[in-house]
Amino acid sequence: MTAQLSAENLTLFRGDRCLFRGVSFALNAGELLILEGSNGSGKTSLMRAIVGMLDLEKGVVSWNGMPVGEQRQVFHGALVWTAHRVGLKADLTLVENLRFEAALRPQGSDSLETVLERLEISRLKPLPLRSLSAGQQRRVALARMLLADVPLWLLDEPFTNLDREGRALVMRLVKEHLDKGGLCVMAAHQDVEIDAPVKKVILQ
Amino acid sequence: MTDSERHMPSMMSGLTAVARRDLLLAWKRPGDVLNPLFFFAMVCTLFPLAVGPSAEQLTFSGPGVLWVAALLAMLISLNSLFISDFDDGSLEQLLVSPQPLPLVGLGKTISHWLTSGLPLVLVSPIVAITYRMQSDVVLVLMLTLTLGTISLSLLGSIGAALTVGLHRGTALLSLLILPLSMPVLIIGANTVSLAAGNETYSAGIWALAAYAVGTLSLAPYATAAALRISNE
Repeated sequence: MTAQLSAENLTLFRGDRCLFRGVSFALNAGELLILEGSNGSGKTSLMRAIVGMLDLEKGVVSWNGMPVGEQRQVFHGALVWTAHRVGLKADLTLVENLRFEAALRPQGSDSLETVLERLEISRLKPLPLRSLSAGQQRRVALARMLLADVPLWLLDEPFTNLDREGRALVMRLVKEHLDKGGLCVMAAHQDVEIDAPVKKVILQ
Repeated sequence: MTDSERHMPSMMSGLTAVARRDLLLAWKRPGDVLNPLFFFAMVCTLFPLAVGPSAEQLTFSGPGVLWVAALLAMLISLNSLFISDFDDGSLEQLLVSPQPLPLVGLGKTISHWLTSGLPLVLVSPIVAITYRMQSDVVLVLMLTLTLGTISLSLLGSIGAALTVGLHRGTALLSLLILPLSMPVLIIGANTVSLAAGNETYSAGIWALAAYAVGTLSLAPYATAAALRISNE
């Protein structure tokens, strides 16, 4: 079974304002979906609608051909969402945070050590997250994604606060994930260059 | 990568992980735990100073004062139940995790009770000395407070979940929770009074236990629904 994420005619209102209307896409294993648009065009809202946090006015998001509303737990077990806010506790150390996350979703075979080494944050292990820089915290959020064994990655502005090397690292990780048959949805202002099948949704 | 090949964490792992994480956070930030406890101890020790030391008056008003102070201390502590998770984005991460949300909320409520309700129960015998309570009455007080604070934590989690998205939802939270917590206060304080007057009091204990079981079975679902609404 290969994974598929599709959306049909998504329409979302916030109050009276229409954020987007008639957004459709179909994303297959190994493909990257880029959500493009200026600030305030609804990229984050679209992503929140995909994960099921916002009620859509119209339209259905489907995972493997079935509406996600009918299989919320299966769908949530198949995704990691790296949101704008890292969503980790500032008072806990990096390891305490990641251990907590590991109890929530299926975990891959890579050990914590290997992943931290890869993201070049293993020397920060004993420190509380509070004392890490914004870019380093973002790398911890990436570690949560790498440790989980899920087919779907959702990345909201993954390059925020990252240095040039960090941005290249994100692209390498996404490429590897797609090569393994994963799917990725990414919201970005900047142009994304990647050697993989790319689809785009452009929000006005 | 099919679903059957992947190892899903068990249903309960979310509950235990959340409870353990919150206890660890409380350990690292003891101020949040100690504030309501100090409030409780202060109200209970200041009251006798204000009304005078007559034994008759203190035994008469003791159960009521202890219970009101406990209720207010619980209300103070409830505010912070979901706020910090909401502010740093970890609440939305919990909402999109495959763990059942009622159990995640219950995990948070359990750790809230262990860090707010349980300390009140443990401190109450010391405070009760001020009111010249007999040791058998103190035991009744501890039992009613245990059952009562469990209900208050669970009821409070619904209110805290509903008001988490509002800034300064404190007053609203109290307004939402107080009507539902009135039975706990009335039954709890009266049960202790009856015990102090050497009358049968077991009915009150059963009523509080029933209320605790009722809230335990219903509140987690209400909390989960409220969290989804607040995070829209």
